[in-house]
Amino acid sequence: MATRKLSYREAINEALRQEMERDPSVIVMGEDNAGGAGAPGEDDAWGGVLGVTKGLYERFPGRVLDTPITESAFIGAAIGAATRGMRPVAELMFIDFAGVCLDQIMNQAAKFRYMFGGKAVTPVVIRTMYGAGLRAAAQHSQGLYPVFTHLPGLKVVLPSSPYEAKGLLIQSIRDDDPVIFCEHKAMYDMTGDVPEESYTIPFGEANVVREGDDVTIVAMGRMVSLAEQAAVELESSGVSAEVIDPRTASPLDLDTILESVEKTGRLVVVDEASPRCNLATDISAQVVSEAFGDLRAPIKMVSPPHVPVPFAQPLEDLYIPSVQDIVNSAKTVTEWSQ
Amino acid sequence: MPKWGLSMESGKVTDWLVAVGDELTEGADVCEIDTDKIAGELESTWTGVVRALVVGVNESVPVGGTIAIVAPAEVPQEDIDAVVAEARAQLESGAIEDVSGPKVLTVDVEGRQLSYAVLGDTESGNDPVLFVHGYGGDKNSWLFVQEPIAAGRATYALDLPGHGASSKDVGDGTIQTLAQAVLGFLDTVGLNRVHLVGHSMGGAVITLLAADPAATGKVASLTLISPVGFGPEINAGYLRGFAEAESRRDLKPHLLALFADPGLVNRQLIDDLLKYKRLDGVDQALRSLVQNLVEGDKSAVDLTGELASFGGPAVAVWGREDKIVPAANAAGLGNAATVHIVDGVGHMAHMEKPQAVVVAIREALGA
Repeated sequence: MATRKLSYREAINEALRQEMERDPSVIVMGEDNAGGAGAPGEDDAWGGVLGVTKGLYERFPGRVLDTPITESAFIGAAIGAATRGMRPVAELMFIDFAGVCLDQIMNQAAKFRYMFGGKAVTPVVIRTMYGAGLRAAAQHSQGLYPVFTHLPGLKVVLPSSPYEAKGLLIQSIRDDDPVIFCEHKAMYDMTGDVPEESYTIPFGEANVVREGDDVTIVAMGRMVSLAEQAAVELESSGVSAEVIDPRTASPLDLDTILESVEKTGRLVVVDEASPRCNLATDISAQVVSEAFGDLRAPIKMVSPPHVPVPFAQPLEDLYIPSVQDIVNSAKTVTEWSQ
Repeated sequence: MPKWGLSMESGKVTDWLVAVGDELTEGADVCEIDTDKIAGELESTWTGVVRALVVGVNESVPVGGTIAIVAPAEVPQEDIDAVVAEARAQLESGAIEDVSGPKVLTVDVEGRQLSYAVLGDTESGNDPVLFVHGYGGDKNSWLFVQEPIAAGRATYALDLPGHGASSKDVGDGTIQTLAQAVLGFLDTVGLNRVHLVGHSMGGAVITLLAADPAATGKVASLTLISPVGFGPEINAGYLRGFAEAESRRDLKPHLLALFADPGLVNRQLIDDLLKYKRLDGVDQALRSLVQNLVEGDKSAVDLTGELASFGGPAVAVWGREDKIVPAANAAGLGNAATVHIVDGVGHMAHMEKPQAVVVAIREALGA
C-alpha cells in the first residue's frame, strides 16, 4: 500500500479514473462534466460544478458525457443504460434537485431487482452533493439522504474522508444495485492519506473512528470530523467518547452501534439532515428497541432545527450542528442522573 | 527520537524507565514512546551513564530530536549541560532535520514493481542486510530492527510480491516464485553479497534463495525468525482465516494469535491490515500463497535440505509462545543454525522483543 495525501475531490476523481481504466462499461455523465457553460469552445473547462470530474474527459474520450439541464432525462438515461450492461456514474449536481428525477430513482431503479424477480440489476451510481455551509441558500444546501435511506432497493453512502471516499466510490461502481453517493460540498478540500492502488470498502460495515468507554457518538459524512473534534475536547474534561461512522446509511451496521452502546450505555447521534424522520431518529429508535436495557441515559440527537437552510450567514452557521453542540449533548448524557 | 515506521514524524515519551545516574546497558528499556501509529519501548543500543533527560513526559518530539544524553561518568557536568542546552535549543527552534528515516524506492523486476525501504550507508563497504517479511506483512514490520542494524551498513526492507506497495501478482504463489523475485531484486539493485533476514514465510523464501545455485556466493548469512519450512507444525487456521477475513470482526480473533501479549493487537494494527487486505488483488494473492504453504493442517514446505546445502552461517530466533509456527519446529533446524528461543514472545519476535532479533542478526553478521 503506497499512500500519499489527496483531497476528498482528488480521491473521488482517482476512483473514477481507476474504475474507468479497469472497466470499459463505466461511463460518467452529468451537467458540465465535459465542457461547461462559461468557457466557450473549451473542453473539460469545469469538470462538474466543483471540478470533481476534471481531467476525465480528455483521458476517456466518448465516455464522459455532458447532459442537458434536465435531471429527469439524464438520470433516467443512466438508469436505463445500467439495466443494459453499462455502469454509469451520473452526477446529480445538488441532491436538492432530486425532486425532478425522483420517479426514475424511487419507482424505477429502486424497484427493478425486486419486481423482475431478481433477474434485473441496475448498477448505477448517482453522485450528488449535499450539505450546508457554502452560503448556497435553501435550495442548494439540504441534507436529503434520509429520503433515499427510506427507500428499499437503494444503497446510500456518506463518505467522511478522502480514504473513505475513494474506497466507497469504487465499491459503489462495482455494486450491482443503484447507489446514492452523497458528497458533502464543504469537504472537497479536506486532505488525508489515500492508497495509490484501487481498493474497496464494503457496505454495511461501520468504522469505529475512535474507541471510548463513556459515550457513543454516531456521526456520518462531514459530521464525523466534528464528532472527532468533540471527542478530543471531551477527553480533556475526562469523558471518553467512542466515535462511530456507519459509512452507509443503507445498509446500516446496527450491530456495531449496539455493541458500543452495550459498553458505554449512552448514545449521541449527530445528523446534519432536517430533524424529523432523519438518520438520528431512525438510529435512536432502533437502539431503544434493541438495547433499552443497556441505556443509562436518554439518547441525545444533534440535528439542525426544523427549518429550511438559512441564507443569512450567521443563521446558516447557527443551523449546522457544531462541535460544541456535540460536546454539550455528550456531557448531558454522561452527567445524567435519575 | 527513533523513527518507527515510514510515516512517523514525531513521538512522545510517555514514561521514563531510567533516571539520571543510571548505568545503561545494551538492550535495557529506556522509555516508553507513543506515536500516532504504535506504542513501544525504546531499547538501548548504547552503553554509558544516563547523564540527562532532555524532554519531559508527553512532550511531542520530532524524529531525530535528542531525548536523553548518555555518556561515560567521567565527562564533566558542564559539557553535558552544554549538550543539553544545544539539544533544547534545537527542539525549540524546530530545526531538526529528519535524516534518519528510510528512503522508499520502487524497482521493476521482470514486470513486477517491488517497493523497498533503504536505510544506512550504501557506501560503507560492509555487506548490506536485506529484510524479508512474512505472509501478510510488509517492509514496515521491521520498524524496530532496521534502524539499529543500519549503523555502519546499508539495509533494505523489501515488500514481497502481493504485499505492501509492491505489485499484487504472486504468479503461482509458490515460495519458489517469491525467492526468484527476491533474487531478481538483488540483481536489479546490484547487491552482490547480502545478509538475509527473513520472518516466517520470508524465512522460507530466503532459505530457498540461499540454496539456489544462481545465488552462489551472494548470501553471506541467514537470520531466520520463526521460519516456515523446518517442521510440519503450522497454524493453517490462521493462514486461511487471515486470507478470508473481510471485516474487523472476522480479522481480530486471528490476529490475537500473532503475539504472546494479545494487548498488542490494537485498533491501528487491525485498521492497517484491513486497508491492505482491501486493495485490489490482495485476497487473491493471499489465497494463492496459503494453498502453497499448507496441506490440510500441516506445513507443505520442507526446506531442511536447502538449509543444509546452503551451509553458511545461520541463526534462528523463535518465540517460545509462537502460536503460528510453533517453536517445536526449531528441532528441524538441527545443527544447521544456532537457535535462540525467546521467552514471553509469540510469532512476532522482531516486534515483541526487537533487541533479541538485533542481537541474533549481529551474531550472523559477525560469523
